[in-house]
Amino acid sequence: MIVLEKRPQASQLWSLATPVVAVLATMVFGGLLFALLGTQPVEAIRTIFWDPLFGEFAFYYRPQLLVKGAPLVLIAIGLSLGFKAGIWNIGAEGQYIIGALTGAGVGLAFYPLEAWYIFPLMVIAGALGGWAWAMIPGVLKVRFGTNEILVSLMLVYVAEQLLASMSLGLLKNPQGFGFPGSRNLNEYESANSWINQNAGLHWGVVAATIAVIFAYVLLNRHMLGFHIRLTGDAPRAARFAGVSPGRLVLFCLGASGMLAGLAGLFEVAGPAGQVSIDFNTGYGFTAIIVAFLGRLHPIGILLAGLLMALTYIGGEIAQSQMGLPAAAIQVFQGMLLFFLLALDLLTNYRIRLKSREVA
Amino acid sequence: MDLSQINPILLVASLMVAATPILLAAIGELVVERAGVLNLGVEGMMITGAICGFAVAVETGSPWLGFLAAAIGGAALSFLFVILTQFALANQVASGLALTLFGLGLSSLLGQSYVGIKPPPTPDLHIPLLSDIPILGPVVFSHDLILYLGIAIVAGVWALLKFTRAGLILRAVGENHDAAHALGYKVVRIRVMAILFGGACAGLGGAYISLVRVPQWTEGMTAGVGWIALALVVFASWKPWRVLLGAYLFGGITVLQLNLQAAGVAIPVEYLAMSPYVITIVVLVILSADKSRAPGSLGRIFHATS
Repeated sequence: MIVLEKRPQASQLWSLATPVVAVLATMVFGGLLFALLGTQPVEAIRTIFWDPLFGEFAFYYRPQLLVKGAPLVLIAIGLSLGFKAGIWNIGAEGQYIIGALTGAGVGLAFYPLEAWYIFPLMVIAGALGGWAWAMIPGVLKVRFGTNEILVSLMLVYVAEQLLASMSLGLLKNPQGFGFPGSRNLNEYESANSWINQNAGLHWGVVAATIAVIFAYVLLNRHMLGFHIRLTGDAPRAARFAGVSPGRLVLFCLGASGMLAGLAGLFEVAGPAGQVSIDFNTGYGFTAIIVAFLGRLHPIGILLAGLLMALTYIGGEIAQSQMGLPAAAIQVFQGMLLFFLLALDLLTNYRIRLKSREVA
Repeated sequence: MDLSQINPILLVASLMVAATPILLAAIGELVVERAGVLNLGVEGMMITGAICGFAVAVETGSPWLGFLAAAIGGAALSFLFVILTQFALANQVASGLALTLFGLGLSSLLGQSYVGIKPPPTPDLHIPLLSDIPILGPVVFSHDLILYLGIAIVAGVWALLKFTRAGLILRAVGENHDAAHALGYKVVRIRVMAILFGGACAGLGGAYISLVRVPQWTEGMTAGVGWIALALVVFASWKPWRVLLGAYLFGGITVLQLNLQAAGVAIPVEYLAMSPYVITIVVLVILSADKSRAPGSLGRIFHATS
């Protein structure tokens, strides 16, 4: 009979090994899925994981890695702070949309003026937009004890409707021949987040790097980071240590909302270019997987974000070259989270074989 | 704007139809939560049920087989949640989110070849006498079987929880799993059954959207109904009949905003469309003052040490 024995301390080795094992298991089972769908499994896995990095057209795909990875890392870093403390912001997708709307709104308000201060103002507006959207569940939780999971998630749908309303109304391009969507910010020099488009480098990549360093310092060298970890591991002990749960909720939700808002702004001012009805592509939800895959650790999230970006790009290649359905990649990513959560058992428990005792 | 276009009889009739998916999903989740498990994967199980039911109904031509397949599909997906939370002792919030993300992907993968197809119609019942009552007959007593099944499940769950020994054990497991374990009840086994029941109900609810309410298949068509169902369980303070009340309330709001859209009210369509979500938040705020009724072991991991 198999018995689970709780480890006195979480295993360091398994904590590092589970993401790797989970990725390998996902490759095997994902390959089986692809085989069921009638594609060559080995070739599909190679197309997804190898070709974007080392294939024939890698010079084109490698910059894409930064473009797709930056928003994922940025959002996931914010989410990980809350997840560590048991505060579940799962509405990052909504905060991402609102950040893009407020940021792009500020930029478009200045059109066609060209000035150095426009982009910084947009960054501030985007961060504030995301922050404010995340403050709704935050304040409601602190003031009324409302469940932040449900409220933040509901606000995603509200934000999606706002996005539709904005791209059909207020932010619509007056010279767009009646098509929905705003002016293209890529054609507006001062409101552009690209640093070097050919290298895939935009300010979001810089922000993501800074966020990783910041989060690392915060969690390892700062009292607030210690309080976050303490609240997650032992909420009662944290309360005795003088941690104010309300302030922690507001900080974690605010920080994650701000980072998600920034991610939205950098996306709309660069890779996406304009506010449009289908602007959001689910980064806010994929970032949840990234946060867990990275073990809620800043460096881990950086690596996980790049890996997840790889599956996006590889998935697109497999889609165009092998006819692999777009949804297959979504299933693939979901599967990864399953394996990760299941294998986490090994971090906290020992599996022992025991003969059944007399009850 | 012409509000007189809104026919109150049709409004009530379509309210019952709009409420049924939320009702089915919420009553399933209520049982799960009364057993002490928080399954946030309702949305994923619903959309999986929606496509399983749709596909089987289209292939076989029978909506009943479709609903059966939807229940099985929802339960099958919830079994993944069982493995994660009951056997691998994973965090329930994270596992529920995983279930939703996976279910959304899986459903659009399964549904690729079913876009734009019409499913076989689900026949409305004609109950002798009752259906012939003027006004009340066509409004309340002339719907399809699944709608009444939803109400019957609510009544069944209520009776189970209130009057039976099985219901008492289920509640004991949910309130204090350590004590229930010490009394010799099989905590994990009971929770597995509750989760599977919740999955089957969510699957049925999803299929009701794709086979009766819309009826069509589009990607992500549940559009947050699963999350509203989760909110509804809190709203109902874990009581079956209040779930029914809440579901009809939300059904009413949904139908009313659709009618207002059609009647051409001066409010933009997008703002009407966001109203069910905003109202859910408002209701959550009003009701979250009373947390005392939540099952004691809700969301906690159970690991028997001996």
